[in-house]
Amino acid sequence: MFELLGISPQALISQLLIGLINGSFYALLSLGLAVIFGLLNVINFTHGALYMLGAMVAWMGLTQLGGWVGMPDLQLPYWLALVVAPLIVGLFSIVIEKTMLKRLYRLDHLYGLLLTFGLALVIEGLFRHWFGVLGNSYPVPDLLRGGMRVNELFIPWYRLWVVGMALAACFATWFFIERTNLGSLLRAGTENPRLLQALGVNVPLIITLTYGAGCALAAFAGVLAAPIYQVTAIMGSDLIIVVFAVVVIGGMGSIAGSILTGLGLGVIEGLTKVFYPQASSVSIFVIMIIVLLIKPAGLFGKVR
Amino acid sequence: MKQRYLSKLIAGALFASAGVASAQGISNDSVNIGVLTDLSGIYSAVEGPGAVLAAQMAAEDFGGTVLGKPIKITSADHQSKADLSASKAREMFERDNVDMIMGNVASSSALAAMEVANQLKRIVIVTGAASLPITNERCNAYTIHYVYDTYALANGTAAGVVASGKKTWFFLTADYVFGHTLQRDATEVVNAKGGKVVGSVLHPIKTTDFASYLSQAQSSKAEVIALANAGGDTIGSIKQAAELGIVGSKQTIVPLLMFTSDVQALGLKDTQGMNFTVGWYWNFSDANRKFADRFMKNFNGVAPTSVQAGVYSATMNYLQAIKTAGTDNSDAVMKQLKSTPIDDGLFKGVIRADGKFEHDMYLLQVKTPKESKNKNDIASVLQVIPAKDATLPLSQSKCVLVTGVKS
Repeated sequence: MFELLGISPQALISQLLIGLINGSFYALLSLGLAVIFGLLNVINFTHGALYMLGAMVAWMGLTQLGGWVGMPDLQLPYWLALVVAPLIVGLFSIVIEKTMLKRLYRLDHLYGLLLTFGLALVIEGLFRHWFGVLGNSYPVPDLLRGGMRVNELFIPWYRLWVVGMALAACFATWFFIERTNLGSLLRAGTENPRLLQALGVNVPLIITLTYGAGCALAAFAGVLAAPIYQVTAIMGSDLIIVVFAVVVIGGMGSIAGSILTGLGLGVIEGLTKVFYPQASSVSIFVIMIIVLLIKPAGLFGKVR
Repeated sequence: MKQRYLSKLIAGALFASAGVASAQGISNDSVNIGVLTDLSGIYSAVEGPGAVLAAQMAAEDFGGTVLGKPIKITSADHQSKADLSASKAREMFERDNVDMIMGNVASSSALAAMEVANQLKRIVIVTGAASLPITNERCNAYTIHYVYDTYALANGTAAGVVASGKKTWFFLTADYVFGHTLQRDATEVVNAKGGKVVGSVLHPIKTTDFASYLSQAQSSKAEVIALANAGGDTIGSIKQAAELGIVGSKQTIVPLLMFTSDVQALGLKDTQGMNFTVGWYWNFSDANRKFADRFMKNFNGVAPTSVQAGVYSATMNYLQAIKTAGTDNSDAVMKQLKSTPIDDGLFKGVIRADGKFEHDMYLLQVKTPKESKNKNDIASVLQVIPAKDATLPLSQSKCVLVTGVKS
């Protein structure tokens, strides 16, 4: 069907579109990671587990909540879950930050990494124990079912919705951090937290809220992902490695960098799947190695 | 003096003869069975902890002892990784004196464990893995392939689908030995029955996003999009195929390997009407249902998969073979297993010279949500595929035990 170089233009465009969709996912996830690292200097390995937690909360709200509370018809619809799940996960992560992460800020990066990695394992282990590995199905919301046919390609509305939401969230976050007063406080807190505190700003509160917001972004991505991928305990660990590669390539700490890199890498991965599918999971890491060799701080990163 | 010397002589002779008897009897004074499987990864629902339970049930039902020696069941996790499987198998055989390793889901892991077993002359019974080479090109004298293989899947599912008129095929294949073998076997069947393979694409095992592969399948316009993958990959492919509007369109998704656990995870809405081939189904006979009920009580109300039932049956028959042979020596037990027909209510057939357990297979069709009465009632048996049709004929076998020629 596909000769050596002659791939039909329609097939190519459809692959590019799909790559863009995946890329917006990577962008959203790596954004949360980049925010947390850029402003808190914490390498947040729990990101994947919190993404899974967001999807799980959405699924539990839809299918299990009624049974638990004794009102079988009670359901958390998808649209509410988009707000509720990030809130719940955000609160949960604030608890983590206040009880555990806080104590490690003064120490080496590695301790924060170890803690979050351990937490990720615990969270995933618990869910694996409760819900197994094959996971559960989450239905696409009725309003977004179906799609449109462009030549031979069928583009589901839901995937377009995901791209839209992801890009909106990315833009909103970038705007908030780079263009608002509160955002400037955040950025100041990174540069010189002592001085900021001396000026009367409650820096620990800002740090806590930032961590919560970054984790809420991960959960938001999880709810968006639930109807596309199976909601399983291991969905986070599959994705987190790629997301980290994206953040490293984009430059740890650069928000615009992670968004652009996420989109770009999604497209490149999509193209690899057309020309040499077996290499698709490797392609991102090959690029990561090349970028690290040429520009160690990442494409958009600043040397610290 | 003479009497004391005589009694010592007699005692010594008695000890010596006792020593000789135990060399023929049970090694290490217990029968150790190791369940080597994927305990928590993508194939854990197919085999996994359920297989450990099945083996324990078999040991209990057999009475807990054989030839007066206790039966011990241990387990280890190979995470569907070949290197881990090889090292765990070696650990089990050498450190824990395991006599037989059971399970071995994931073909690459199975082949790795078989290699170790062959070197150490211990038995490996493969229940979860599928690839035909296990009893064909890569066969050895200490392996039994119990539940199903890629030949059966190809001749069950693929043959049925081509016969129903769907001639053009596109393969979505997992890029490792199992996927390649399944695609190869299914392609042979499709071509033999007048069909045509118009394209294929390989994907890495454990892929999350199948959209680009599925859209390639869509552009090929093939009537059948065959999934030569398993477990989480099959689930992802089907879910996203439903999302992309392929399910219910002119193209049919045919999962070449699917288990009841996969259907339960996906839900009947997206899988209704799909055909798949299994080696055993719980709702086929009274004996099957009885076993399933007992299994479910200790497994959260989930019915056993064909692989888990296979573990139970294989363990029972292995223990019986030890009892009849009078020893757990691998050569003697293998000889016994290959010469005794099996008919234990769950499975009926014979283990051939190449180690393949030849028995009937079942072509299932997934029920619609309306037809299904409970979470386990997910399929009806469309047809029983006779053992001879579902197994590679010995005349075509490339196994060195059959041909006498090293391939």
